[in-house]
Amino acid sequence: MSNATLVSTVVNGDAVQFACPTDESLMTALRDRVGLTGVKEGCGTGDCGACSVTLDDQLVCSCLVLGVEAEGRNVGTVEGLAQDGQLHPLQEKFIEHAALQCGICTPGFLVAAKALLERNPNPDETEIRYALAGNLCRCTGYDKIVRAVQAAAKDMRKAKRR
Amino acid sequence: MLGMQVSFSSMFRVGDGPEPINVQAASIEELMQALLLRYPDLQTHIDQGVAVSINGQIFRDDWTVAIPADAEVYLIPRIEGG
Amino acid sequence: MTHDNSYVEKDYKVVGSRVKRPDGVDKVTGKARYGADVSAPGGLVGRVLRSPHPHAQILKINTAKAEKLPGVKAIITSADLPDLTDGDQGMAHILENCMARGRALYDGHAVAAVAAVDEQTAAKALKLIDVKYKKLPHVTDVDEAMQPDAPVLHENMFTRGVEPAPTKPSNISARTQMGYGDVDAGFAEADVIVERSYKTEQTHQGYIEPHACLASVNPDGTAELWVTTQGHFTFRNVCSKLLGLEIAKLKVTSSEIGGGFGGKTHVWAEPVALALSRKANRPVKLVMSRDEVFRASGPTSSTSIDIKMGARKDGTITAAVAEMRYQGGAFPGTWAMLGCMTAFACYSIKNNRSIGWDVVVNRPKVAAYRAPSAPMAAFAVESTIDVIAKEIGMSAIDVRLKNVAREGTQAPYGPTYGPIGIENTLEAVKSHPHMRAKLKKNQGRGVACGFWFNIGGQTCVDLNIGIDGTVNLNVGTVDVGGARSSMAMIAAEELGIAYDDVKANIGDTASLGHNDTTEGSRGTFSSGMATIFAARDAIGVLKQRAATMWGIPLDDVEWQGGEAIATGDMHSNLPALTLKEIAAKSGRTGGPIAGHNEVVADGAGMGFASHICDVEVDPETGRSQIVRYTVVQDAGKAIHPDYVEGQFQGAAAQGIGWALNEEYIYGDDGRLQNAGFLDYRIPVCSDMPFIDTKILEVPNPNHPYGIRGVGETSIVPPLGAVGNAIADATGVRMTHAPMSPPRVLSALDARDAG
Repeated sequence: MSNATLVSTVVNGDAVQFACPTDESLMTALRDRVGLTGVKEGCGTGDCGACSVTLDDQLVCSCLVLGVEAEGRNVGTVEGLAQDGQLHPLQEKFIEHAALQCGICTPGFLVAAKALLERNPNPDETEIRYALAGNLCRCTGYDKIVRAVQAAAKDMRKAKRR
Repeated sequence: MLGMQVSFSSMFRVGDGPEPINVQAASIEELMQALLLRYPDLQTHIDQGVAVSINGQIFRDDWTVAIPADAEVYLIPRIEGG
Repeated sequence: MTHDNSYVEKDYKVVGSRVKRPDGVDKVTGKARYGADVSAPGGLVGRVLRSPHPHAQILKINTAKAEKLPGVKAIITSADLPDLTDGDQGMAHILENCMARGRALYDGHAVAAVAAVDEQTAAKALKLIDVKYKKLPHVTDVDEAMQPDAPVLHENMFTRGVEPAPTKPSNISARTQMGYGDVDAGFAEADVIVERSYKTEQTHQGYIEPHACLASVNPDGTAELWVTTQGHFTFRNVCSKLLGLEIAKLKVTSSEIGGGFGGKTHVWAEPVALALSRKANRPVKLVMSRDEVFRASGPTSSTSIDIKMGARKDGTITAAVAEMRYQGGAFPGTWAMLGCMTAFACYSIKNNRSIGWDVVVNRPKVAAYRAPSAPMAAFAVESTIDVIAKEIGMSAIDVRLKNVAREGTQAPYGPTYGPIGIENTLEAVKSHPHMRAKLKKNQGRGVACGFWFNIGGQTCVDLNIGIDGTVNLNVGTVDVGGARSSMAMIAAEELGIAYDDVKANIGDTASLGHNDTTEGSRGTFSSGMATIFAARDAIGVLKQRAATMWGIPLDDVEWQGGEAIATGDMHSNLPALTLKEIAAKSGRTGGPIAGHNEVVADGAGMGFASHICDVEVDPETGRSQIVRYTVVQDAGKAIHPDYVEGQFQGAAAQGIGWALNEEYIYGDDGRLQNAGFLDYRIPVCSDMPFIDTKILEVPNPNHPYGIRGVGETSIVPPLGAVGNAIADATGVRMTHAPMSPPRVLSALDARDAG
């Protein structure tokens, strides 16, 4: 490996260290160095959203971020959604509403939808569709994905009120 | 052995052309053998892929299927899907 | 044991409900492993060098410099893939498509490949391979390729199906003709005759997961392949043949598949990965980049179609002729022939003729894409029917109903239809609330129909009952969209147990007999049939064990509601034995309890659909927004309605993308200009409305539950439905798909110029 740099970062709340070439993307670093294959490469050019992660709570395409840019920051991937053996409401609703068929785009959608609902807990259909326009799905036509996000948003608002 | 009329989906040009012909066969296997005897050129089409329609049901693979008496039998191209 | 596959009406306990799929948790947590998600110890990275020229002779490939680069473990060219195809032309084309043999036939054609210790080294090595090309004239357009002065791709291509046979080679591989009746007499009877020509551009299946595999070949001829595929058994057969391996010694495991739609039914990178691994004597992981997927996997045909249709004032179509030109990429295919079979399949037209021309061009080898060849033909036919409807002043739906195909109608390719659902779908569309929704300014509504065959094929299923009564179902047909839940539901239904007690699994090639590829909408139909029979097999064993446990004759045992019941005057006082109780004792009554089935599922039903599309066309930009969309399709029997709806919606979305935006753009230099998701624009979430669906169930008489394949049909109507909606909104008839903003704007400008 040429130009290897040691990166110290936090991934899904855990301290992680990995070494990667300075020109390697965060997507590749997460997949090949940290072993988190939930991040998917659909295009490598930031057009499909399958590699979506959060970087300090900001939604990014990890293929457009360098691995070394994760130094000292918080990375959130799909593997961090479920907590203490409990699926996140988005994960539950995706299964319940059949919002996935082949499932390759699902991790990216979950990360993006979570980021949306953290910004805007009560989005309307248009806001959901535009917030998720950076995530491509070829199987579902998006119908059941939007319904699942609406259902999760509703449950999450209810839970907050309690 | 059952006598029957076999029609060709008009894209198969074998010998006499697209008119139906009379054949004796009790199963698809026997049908193919009978047709090959009469039209050896059919082998190329079989290699490329054929299917047999028996009373509207399309059979692509199972040549043990029996052909009932008075069945409408068509030789058609083998369909692929996506 | 042979089983009867005839449809039997029954009340279902599990089938038809909306249960949670078994592979859902793995997929929402990122645990599910797709093609690129595995590694092997000592594994190498494989990369492919591709021709930048659309047509060229390869004079010399010099790999010396690349071989010296530290970290490079193997480099291959066609010299490392000897031709073992033994006269099988189809296989020979696959081989040449996977790795060029002396000539590059399209921009992106594989020319050499490298296996190295890491990505960077592999990339450097590719740059050090020196290829000397002699550029040749190229042709990428289907009509241009048919011209007498077009550059010829194959010197041994003499058009078949033409009499007398041509003496000069050309790019036309075959002419097909189908139909029946007397079209001249039919046109003479017509009050109105319409002639239109249409063009559709090339599209790609657009699966989000690129091709990826991990290949490991051992010096003793054994090998393993982990791959994203629609058919691991088919891949095994093809790879064995091309690499000279014995079938049973190549174990192919299907990863989870991130979309296929027909594009993963064939091999591209896999024989190359195996050849690299064989040479390097180490595992090789080969993943295609998105650019490579577009340039060098298997997109659809682009087409050029002429339709002539005649009708009487009462709406009867008296004659119809389609002449269709489809390009198959650089190697001959039968795409135009398939188009001929489907063009008029929805209708009963007394005099019809379809002529198809299969053509080669300097583009990647075409592969199937969900109802291959049908969407293009339907675009042309459905658009023309609407023009006819307008000319005679009849509604679009009524003209279709007037000519609809029914049981007893002769299909354009010859045989007579059994029970089919197209009339039902049209009636359902006619009475659907969508038809009464109010249209606003610049909005229009279009309707269209579509048809696709469904196929059956070789299928193999194993059902094993654990000692706690839970069931493992090992299925060989790849699950592309959720069929595992349907298989588990069917097994539960047959056995009379809870859905949660059945776990369905996709077996590798070492654990089951051959299963055909998941294509042609055959997944649920075939695996479902095999599962039913395997379950019935297992029930036979369960009854046998119950008889043994009770010490009574087998004839006095029945299976009902998940239990063995003793019948007859002598034994009917015995309490029933549940599956769990029988399973618990299985070790002492004869060993593990299993059911097994190999079947060639045939007699798959036809799938018909009718769609309604509302579109709003922006007069300033030519952009069309889908405002409302409804799919009505006959599923025969919906095992899991959520997943049936999902197929309807997904197929419709792909058709909408094809209709409005998606196209391959080749430059004059013969190179693909838009090999990425930015410029090859598939529908995004904000492009689509909710897609309303209505599942009809006209049982398929050749399946015990009446199942018809559903996956493909709904990609067929959208091009016509969208075109008809745009015509309704603007008065302009679009004849070139995709009906992208520049094309629509240009048509609007022409309309306004008068």
